[in-house]
Amino acid sequence: MKRGRIAFQGAIHEVTQAADGRVELADGRLLNEAEVNWLPPVIPGAVFALGLNYADHAKELAFKAPEVPLAFLKGPNTIVGHRAKTRRPADATYMHYECELAVVIGKSGYQVSKAEAMEMVAGYTVANDYAIRDYLENYYRPNLRVKNRDGCTPLGPWLVDAADVPNPMALKLTTRVNGKTTQQGTTSDMIFDIATLIEYLTSFMTLNPGDIILTGTPEGLADVKAGDVIETEVEGVCCLINTIVDDETYFATV
Amino acid sequence: MIKQNVSGSVYGVVLNDHASVRKIGDALEAAPYKGAPKAPAMYIKPANTRVACGATVNPPKGAKTVEVGATVGLVMGHAAARLNRANALDAVAGIVLAGDLSLPHDSYYRPAIREKCFDGSLPISSVKPLVDLANLVITTEIDGKVVEQRSLADLVRDPAQLLVDVSEFMTLSQGDVLLVGVSYMAPQAGAGSQVKISAEGVGSLQFSIAGAQA
Repeated sequence: MKRGRIAFQGAIHEVTQAADGRVELADGRLLNEAEVNWLPPVIPGAVFALGLNYADHAKELAFKAPEVPLAFLKGPNTIVGHRAKTRRPADATYMHYECELAVVIGKSGYQVSKAEAMEMVAGYTVANDYAIRDYLENYYRPNLRVKNRDGCTPLGPWLVDAADVPNPMALKLTTRVNGKTTQQGTTSDMIFDIATLIEYLTSFMTLNPGDIILTGTPEGLADVKAGDVIETEVEGVCCLINTIVDDETYFATV
Repeated sequence: MIKQNVSGSVYGVVLNDHASVRKIGDALEAAPYKGAPKAPAMYIKPANTRVACGATVNPPKGAKTVEVGATVGLVMGHAAARLNRANALDAVAGIVLAGDLSLPHDSYYRPAIREKCFDGSLPISSVKPLVDLANLVITTEIDGKVVEQRSLADLVRDPAQLLVDVSEFMTLSQGDVLLVGVSYMAPQAGAGSQVKISAEGVGSLQFSIAGAQA
């Protein structure tokens, strides 16, 4: 099943995807997915992201692949839902998307072995882990000013039950900018797979329901400008749409 | 009586005191840093790290000692973004004393999740009233012996400026905490240690590190 969260008619609703692709409320009302206000499909707990977890991307950034997972954390301020608008600051010269498979944790676990790790997964969604490279600094890199900006990590629209994604390690990732494909890859190219990431993180900390792991992005980065519509899609999971806006639009009084 | 709880995210910053900047020294100009930080050098302590006064902390397997980064956290009373120096402290509902524990690491180059985010690695006090932090002295004692005293007069960015520079790119929500900085290579506590962090006029925070004393 695909589950989402929307704001509609003054309330927050947990919704599902109907057979025809529309958004179905618990009472049976059917809505066009382009007409509702999407929230992130889960209220985020600890949000981890992986740097350089695809060998081709590591090469693209001129880094050798890491020997232990390069994980960093994000705050809830950066997470926004499907069809949100993300700000490109006026002084940015290179802002790129990153299409990522997002793993949502469904139960608590500490020191979970790789063999049992996948039982921790509630489901999957899609993240677009934007980065503004102008702000990169070599302190706890990638630093928060690059990766934890307000609204810079769209997530959703759907949380797909783990049972409906039989092989999460063989899914195509695609990014389209204004309809043109700019990034393609497959989760089979991850350096550290999902089970290994869960084993690694739980070797020193407890993962809890609602925690999310953004598993990294393959090569194919490109600069995005105000007005660009970015679709990040993971095969069999969902397609996440986001629009880039400039400062004037973002801060405009409406 | 402070009504605000620590309910949100905890953010911290390194290299925010002149003593730490001096200690790391010329390394800041060399690889991998290639220059002193411009924005606050931040990290996140997720919810699993938070424990209350009196806790016993179990460091991860293989860890012999933990660094005790004694600091103060600013507890946000309301959502705040794009603050300026004049209004920054109005957003603060109170403060906490914090023992930001890390597995010893001398490099700030890569995010230190294992080192800084193990369960229990952030003992924090209850929320206390905001006092004048300009000259607040934070004392760390391990097994009754003073191992560090630091004054917030030595901060590179004072609390107001830190709030300004952090909230420039991220919204702090009610109940979030911004730690004002920890010492580079702070004193270490081994298994079985009793740790006390205190500041005059604020109170104290106590916790212990699990295991038999070596």
